[in-house]
Amino acid sequence: MIDTFLFILDTLPYLLGGVTVTLQLTLVSFCMGFVLAALITPTRLFAKPPLSWAARAYVEGFRGTPLLVQLFVIYFGLPALGLKFDALTAGMLALGLNSAAYQAEILRASIKAIPESQFLAAESLGMSTSQIYRYVVLPQAIRTAIPALVNEFVTLIKESSLVSIIGVVELTRRGEYIVAYTFRALEVYLAVALVYFVLCAAFSQLARVVERRFKIPGYERGGV
Amino acid sequence: MANVLIVKELRAGYDDHEVIKGVSLSVEKGQKVVLMGPSGSGKSTLLKCVVRLVEPWSGEIIIDGTRVAGDNVDLRAIRAKTGFVFQSYNLFPHMTVLRNITLPLEVVKKMARDEATKKALEVLKIVGMEDFADRYPLQLSGGQQQRVAIARALAMDPVLLLLDEPTSALDPELREEVLEVLERIAKAGMSMLIVTHEMDFAEDVADWVIFMEDGRIVEEGPPHEILWFPKEERTRRFLRSILRKRLA
Repeated sequence: MIDTFLFILDTLPYLLGGVTVTLQLTLVSFCMGFVLAALITPTRLFAKPPLSWAARAYVEGFRGTPLLVQLFVIYFGLPALGLKFDALTAGMLALGLNSAAYQAEILRASIKAIPESQFLAAESLGMSTSQIYRYVVLPQAIRTAIPALVNEFVTLIKESSLVSIIGVVELTRRGEYIVAYTFRALEVYLAVALVYFVLCAAFSQLARVVERRFKIPGYERGGV
Repeated sequence: MANVLIVKELRAGYDDHEVIKGVSLSVEKGQKVVLMGPSGSGKSTLLKCVVRLVEPWSGEIIIDGTRVAGDNVDLRAIRAKTGFVFQSYNLFPHMTVLRNITLPLEVVKKMARDEATKKALEVLKIVGMEDFADRYPLQLSGGQQQRVAIARALAMDPVLLLLDEPTSALDPELREEVLEVLERIAKAGMSMLIVTHEMDFAEDVADWVIFMEDGRIVEEGPPHEILWFPKEERTRRFLRSILRKRLA
């Protein structure tokens, strides 16, 4: 027991080194996903057919296929077209493009959740469509989106472990290395799981603080 | 006297379901016109059509001498000078009471921030909400929210105020405060077109009462005539049902 404990303590610094890469993967792909989603959602909602179809096809395409397959297409497939990425870049691309589809859905749902009455009120005052979105719709929609976006971020932390398969040395990959020369799979993978858990818990907690900070006064949303 | 609103042969509906089946009416400057009728008779749709929150199918609408229906119309300018008060207040929940009023003044009327604030406090005083300027809508009672919504409409200095059942969503004890405010505004000379079931209010305030059913005007006239001596059986039936509800 003590032996196990000391063993985990011993390997922890090495594992934690992987956290930097995991967080880097998550942060970059989340931001990339958000920027893309911020382009996809308005295209889907406001653009004319060929373009709005493309936006919709993007979302359906990335949501309807496995992330692992997307990763393989980008890392192993695209070189055939002359597009070569190193493992880390390919990993960020796959996660980012995939997350964009989910974040686009979150943004769309949040905008759709704004009641028609808010549009009517703003229109009745003579506001233009762009003013209505800027001052009335988006500030409310982004508040609605925060919990789902944080959830997406936490999902990304966990999904980033997939890119260990193409050789990105992040948290999971480092775990695999330790197992490879100690053969203590149970302890090591449990330790890896624990690190992921702590990361996810920390960001969920942060989200609650953010949510409270941006809560609409008088709007009582029960905390989970 | 000059008409601030003229509606001629208006038809409108949703999809292929006709809701307004040819309605004509007018509101003179300073006049208070009350629209009554059972739910589904098209009163709300009619009111929304006036500023094209619902797109009319055909007919003519003229506000303060400006054509509203048809193409090449500066709708935003027309809406900016026509106040609309909704049944469910429709304040912007993420802004303070003050901001709810200054925002349209700043972005639509292009007022400077301090000028807008001054104007906002002025109209909040009229509705008795000046002490609540820094509160958020959801921290207020329904009656208070509706008074702020009325102030927001008034701040735009409208030539015409459209009110869509302004007290229907309120508990009886909160109605009075809103009706009092509306009565005060009416007495100050505002031109108003009001959809309401409040008989006392209609009698005290209205110059003209229009009774609608099934998308058409059934009868219209001065309030005492329509409310006490309606000619049409349908009007009588409707008024009786309101009275019965009130006595219950």
